[in-house]
Amino acid sequence: MNPEELLQKNVSHQLTAEAHGHDVRVCMGAGCMSLHSDQIKSALTAQVKQHGRDKSCHVKGVGCMGLCAAGPLVSVEPQGVLYKEVTEEDAGEIIDSLNKAPVARLICPTDTPFFQNQMKIVLENCGKIDPERIEEYVNADGYIALIKALTEMTPNDVITQVMRSGLRGRGGGGYPTGLKWTTVAKADGTQKYVICNGDEGDPGAFMDRGVMEGDPHRLIEAMAIAGYAVGADTGYIFVRGEYSMSVKRLRKAIMQAERQALLGKNIFNTPFSFQIEVRIGAGAFVSGEETALIACIEGRRGVPSPRPPYPAERGLWGCPTLINNVETLANIPSIIRNGADWFSNIGTRTGKGTVVFAMTGRVQNTGLIEVPMGTPLREVIFDIGGGVPDGGTFKAVQMGGPSGGCIPEQYLDMPIDFDSLLEIGAIMGSGGMLVIDDSASMVDMAKFFMEFCRIESCGKCVPCRVGTVQMHELLIRFSEGTATERDLVLLEELCDLVRHTSLCGLGQSAPNPVLSTLRYFRHEYMAQIRPDFGANGVDTHESRSTS
Amino acid sequence: MKTVKSAAPSTDNRWRIVDAAMRRLGFQPHALIETLHVTQETFGFLDEDALRYIAATLGVPLSQVYGVATFYRAFTLKPKGAHHTCVVCTGTACHLKGLPEILAALEAELGLSPGGSTPDGKAALMTARCLASCGLAPAAVFDGKMVGNLTSATALKRIRQWVEHES
Repeated sequence: MNPEELLQKNVSHQLTAEAHGHDVRVCMGAGCMSLHSDQIKSALTAQVKQHGRDKSCHVKGVGCMGLCAAGPLVSVEPQGVLYKEVTEEDAGEIIDSLNKAPVARLICPTDTPFFQNQMKIVLENCGKIDPERIEEYVNADGYIALIKALTEMTPNDVITQVMRSGLRGRGGGGYPTGLKWTTVAKADGTQKYVICNGDEGDPGAFMDRGVMEGDPHRLIEAMAIAGYAVGADTGYIFVRGEYSMSVKRLRKAIMQAERQALLGKNIFNTPFSFQIEVRIGAGAFVSGEETALIACIEGRRGVPSPRPPYPAERGLWGCPTLINNVETLANIPSIIRNGADWFSNIGTRTGKGTVVFAMTGRVQNTGLIEVPMGTPLREVIFDIGGGVPDGGTFKAVQMGGPSGGCIPEQYLDMPIDFDSLLEIGAIMGSGGMLVIDDSASMVDMAKFFMEFCRIESCGKCVPCRVGTVQMHELLIRFSEGTATERDLVLLEELCDLVRHTSLCGLGQSAPNPVLSTLRYFRHEYMAQIRPDFGANGVDTHESRSTS
Repeated sequence: MKTVKSAAPSTDNRWRIVDAAMRRLGFQPHALIETLHVTQETFGFLDEDALRYIAATLGVPLSQVYGVATFYRAFTLKPKGAHHTCVVCTGTACHLKGLPEILAALEAELGLSPGGSTPDGKAALMTARCLASCGLAPAAVFDGKMVGNLTSATALKRIRQWVEHES
């Protein structure tokens, strides 16, 4: 198939879409699905039949629409009406109202900051297209970037564009993507691989899931472009075992792409061939670390190995391997389509583009959001997020899950990017954003994350295996109010040791939640120290007199 | 391409599904995790016969097969005893929004703790790291069906229904 033919197919589909008249979109994201949106979709389809509107109305399932708090969500195009908290019983009324005024009691206003203040690149198709149909992705300018790369650009041109765009890895570290691509492209070896890291293990993060389930073709296109740029002919998408829906949709998308000759041998009649396989994780947080992930794909225990050598030089089966996170790759088609300059104009000086957050916890509008880098946290939490519900008071926001840190009120006006967050002891991480109100104890949060790291530690290196257990024990004492001042000293020493001597990112970042809560909420730790148990018998009568 | 080297542990037709999975990946050692996934989906758990058979067929040392099967949380070497399972999400958002209280209530009222089952063995309680349905926290899966905005009362009600219905 040549580019022109693809375009033709694109147009012909557009025509059928127009002929439909109405597009009724039912959110099939994880949040809405758990509220049984699949049954709502069936009910809507049945109503369309009953109303005899099969020809003029098309009901389809789409990826996450973002506002999980108001699910199940249904939208009707071209009117642009969004309905919230829809039930099966509402189906008749919705279909009945298609040519009349919308159903007022179900309307979810979209002129709010939640919808207006977002900017979507990674999630541009999520909630709009049917992820199980390649036609819809093509219709939304899908695979145009791949055609452009293969027919108009050299691999070097592609890398230059990615480099100039300023895109940085969204998996946590923020390493410049173009640089990584260059290293793999320049590495010796005829066999190279591309791996998409979809092992989203942070509790409270579901950004990658949103992309894999809502717009799987985007990843396939991005991986093929990456393969072309670095000289790889095989790609693996490594998906967390818990995401069965992602696996299903990705596999379906790969099959469709193969059928349209967008994957496989000689794509677009060019010498470039590329194939993709899905590999399923089996439940181990540490397997998101890149060397551990490679071990996992090779069928071994997912434990990390010392770096260097970096996977870019010696990765999967000893071959140069490019590993990018889902969100990072999801930016690629837009960058190639619209150019590096377009992308680098978005965001801050050191953080280009947008960032996707899974906003959860004590916040009104829980859900999946995307904002330009540099947006102040206050805007994200209070405008887009709608602030803390039920009259609660904001206390802190935890970013980056068990590897990240918390940010207190005084830093809320700071623009978010990789470096600004690092400065105040937090990390961009993978994008989990947990809002904490004054009802929660920060010691308890630190204990929660440490328990997570203790269980998830693979046990290969001693500092992490033993250190996380000891830190967790100490934190239990703090949460029970039986800690001593010496425990605080021990805790801080251990944090320092584990951080500097662990083998991989899991151990190195495990102390972060403790360090950042100690930095901003030290008084909460102090309040849990038993006043009569001073360190080495030091007189603590002051604290005793106040207790 | 290699063919199936060792005979299946039994004449059970379900082994064909396992064989097909191994064949799809060319009986390569790296097919191990995929094969374990398929075997567990097919049989519900991984017994010693299965581990030995997979090791022999893929040419992977049994110690490595055992190592992999016990390293990952998704694999279990014991059959599931209970008729009903409740998987609670222990993710951050669920923790913050009251999961500890729900767990305490299940323990106090039904003697049900994570990893355990009710005294009559009818309902088992398991935990998941994060079900990625944080918008609905706290969340749990009752016999494969996701329930969001869980409270102690709703959790107790659902599990009591199982226990009482069966007796």
